[in-house]
Amino acid sequence: MSVDLRPANRVLLVFVLAGLVAALSLAFLTQAPNRLVSGVGVPLRTLLHGANWALVLGPFALLALAVFRQSSVATQGLVTAAAATLLAVLVWLAGAHAKQMADAAEAAGNSAGRTSFGGGFWVWTVLCWLAAADAVQRLKLAPLGRTLALAAVLAPVVVLAASGELAALSLFKEYDNRQDVFDAALWRHAQIVGVTLLPTLLLGVPLGVAAHRHPRFGAPLFALLNVIQTVPSIALFGLLMAPLAALALALPALGIGGIGLAPAVIALTLYSLLPIVQSTLTGLREVPAAVVEAATGMGLTPRQVFWRVQVPLALPLLLSGLRLTTVQAIGLAVVAALIGAGGLGAIMFQGLLSSALDLVLLGVLPVVAMAVAVDALFAVLTQWAQRRQP
Amino acid sequence: MIEFLGVSKSFGDAAAVRDLSLSIERGEFTVLIGGSGSGKSTTLKMINRLIEHDAGRILFQGQEIRSFKPEDIRRRMGYAIQSTGLFPHWTVAQNIATVPQLLKWPAARIAQRVAELLGLLGLPPDQYQGRYPHQLSGGQQQRVGVARALAADPEVLLMDEPFGALDPITRGALQQEMARIHRASGKTIVLVTHDIDEALGLATRIVLLDQGRIVQAGTPTELLRRPANDFVRDFLGRGEIGIKLLGLETVAARVRPNELAEGEPIAATMSLRDALSVFVARSVERLPVVDAQGRPLGTLYFADLLRSAV
Repeated sequence: MSVDLRPANRVLLVFVLAGLVAALSLAFLTQAPNRLVSGVGVPLRTLLHGANWALVLGPFALLALAVFRQSSVATQGLVTAAAATLLAVLVWLAGAHAKQMADAAEAAGNSAGRTSFGGGFWVWTVLCWLAAADAVQRLKLAPLGRTLALAAVLAPVVVLAASGELAALSLFKEYDNRQDVFDAALWRHAQIVGVTLLPTLLLGVPLGVAAHRHPRFGAPLFALLNVIQTVPSIALFGLLMAPLAALALALPALGIGGIGLAPAVIALTLYSLLPIVQSTLTGLREVPAAVVEAATGMGLTPRQVFWRVQVPLALPLLLSGLRLTTVQAIGLAVVAALIGAGGLGAIMFQGLLSSALDLVLLGVLPVVAMAVAVDALFAVLTQWAQRRQP
Repeated sequence: MIEFLGVSKSFGDAAAVRDLSLSIERGEFTVLIGGSGSGKSTTLKMINRLIEHDAGRILFQGQEIRSFKPEDIRRRMGYAIQSTGLFPHWTVAQNIATVPQLLKWPAARIAQRVAELLGLLGLPPDQYQGRYPHQLSGGQQQRVGVARALAADPEVLLMDEPFGALDPITRGALQQEMARIHRASGKTIVLVTHDIDEALGLATRIVLLDQGRIVQAGTPTELLRRPANDFVRDFLGRGEIGIKLLGLETVAARVRPNELAEGEPIAATMSLRDALSVFVARSVERLPVVDAQGRPLGTLYFADLLRSAV
């Protein structure tokens, strides 16, 4: 039997090689006497004693083997499972090591010690995720199936985090110390994004429809929205503070202020308008002229043509615009913390200002998770809206 | 049924239709034909007010069409267009049910009508009514487009180059369907085309337009026998006028009964044009003729092709 040694999956080959380099050169964890000083690197091999070797090498060897296998459902399923297992093992190893260090420090009477993730951990995490995502992509599933498969890859990590196995890690200690603040910030962040979407849709969709019906109105509208899009977010937040403060002073009954939720929502809405107006317009334009002509010619009223024909046919593109807008708003809402709107940005900036890297992560990771989750949700929704179209 | 009285329409500075007068009688199959920019489509779309005329009067059953609500008049006229304009997000059945639904027919009556129309156009209902347009071939889509236009049993059927995008074989089959539907239903049909053979094959009356004016209107035979001017002659295809005249008649009209020639028989329903081709190809002067069931009918003589039909 001849063995073909040419790599069949070059993407995976790159991941495997990068993983090897990271394992040999970067610290997997860092160990520090307290949360503010930078720690000493702990290489991966320190953690690999006894059976741990097999736990890491097993899935890694499977990934390395899969590089040389022709793509098939079985191969890609294997890669997905191996990447998910490796991810879970690495997270578990980090948690277990942190616990061990914490117990030792406890015995020595020092409870301020911190075990944080190092560069090696992040590289491995990202590589595992990319390998799994790439394999799921190659399985060519429908969006719902893809979303579920990727959720299954992350599920063991979520279970580990929920079980308390990771509680000794610095990131989780930061969470423990600020649980109330974190929960409130998470909720607030979702609130800012959710409240932004309402005026965005109420303004953006009618503006897109108007631009479709009156092309002469569209050109200056897009010029304006493009200008807004180029204003840096901090500048836009700042610009809104003065007029809103004046408005709040004149009309206290509105319950708004120059800082806080109002300027954040207004600025985010302004940024969100461009993708929504654009996708509404494109969606309506993509409806074949013959379909609209036939509908009119058969005696549908203009309102019936709009609601029964144009809206359903434009919906997939509108949803893709909404997807872009929402993901963008989740990211931009971080900056809104600077003008007192709160949200996860507040935790991130607190971490930045006090040089506590794990606190920064505590603010940023949920933002990333939220963006990924919303993106997946909209992918499924778009697929649903498109179900009857070629 | 439909009357144009001195109707004009221009788009900006460009006149599309100039001082056009035309009367379309009940039950006629009128074909508006002309080159691009002749105003044929504009004329058709003015009937159901997709385009509003600038001057003159258009009457539908004796009443100015502006006295109707546009939606009402459109629901009384079936409308089929070239690229079908089928709603991609609706099933075949839902597409056909469009106008009956607008007219608030009871569901049972709509379902019955949809099945009936699919059958009429040769698409087995069980197989096709649940499909979406993108699951059909071009010819099947156009059949559904015609069924949709016929759905509410409209008084008038307007068709804007309905078969323009189809391959010749599919187009021929659908033209035959249309001729059959017209014979069976006696509907008033107005069809726009740029294909002279389609016009000659379908029309009871051809209206030839150029630059927004009627150049000549009449039956296919009238146009072929007495073209008004060189433009008409050119449009009909100068060198083929005789051949096209033969295309208007079938073998049955010239067959001599009670004689039977030797050789492979031809069908009585064959056009004289095709029969001419058979004469030449076989180098014979007589051909045996049989009916649809294959029973001998008589003989067609080559010399009889020259006999005037009128």
